[in-house]
Amino acid sequence: MTINRIELIESSLNAALNPTHLEIIDQAKQHEGHRHEGAGHFVVKIVSEQFEQQGVLQRHRLVYDALGDLMQTDIHALSIQAMTPTEFSQ
Amino acid sequence: MDIMEKIDQQVKSHPIVVYMKGTPQFPQCGFSSRAAETLKKCGVEFAYINVFEDREVYENIKSYANWPTFPQIYVSGELIGGCDILLDLFAKGELKSMLENASKTA
Repeated sequence: MTINRIELIESSLNAALNPTHLEIIDQAKQHEGHRHEGAGHFVVKIVSEQFEQQGVLQRHRLVYDALGDLMQTDIHALSIQAMTPTEFSQ
Repeated sequence: MDIMEKIDQQVKSHPIVVYMKGTPQFPQCGFSSRAAETLKKCGVEFAYINVFEDREVYENIKSYANWPTFPQIYVSGELIGGCDILLDLFAKGELKSMLENASKTA
């Protein structure tokens, strides 16, 4: 189940943002006993040229938009670290 | 009043308002808890809306702001982001002055 979700997130982000680096970390264990357990908590580290010239708010929106319905169905919580290739290499 | 107008009025009538799960005293999600704690550390007054207590707000604010998660933090009528962005601004030392300015000009 979790592996499927990670694959879904990965393919959505790859398709929309063409990242040069992408890490998806499942942190479901932090939410044990939580009312939303079942829909996971993930950390996404993503590096994409599409974040150039974008503020942090807009970068997060691009990630949310790329994930679309997954945000409602499969993802309860998402921490996002969105960087440009230049920022990532520093 | 239309629900979008109601949200708009809430957002714009408080210099700082957080839409969260639970309350600052009894947060019901780790992210909402961290956001409220960070706001408290800045020592400014802020309003909060517990989205579990208003189903209409809960269902509509995600499209109001084009932002699909909670918490949502609004400063001077503008969404500044969720928990990650708030903590990031705090770590960079920018949050306190941003909030203080918003309170002063309100």
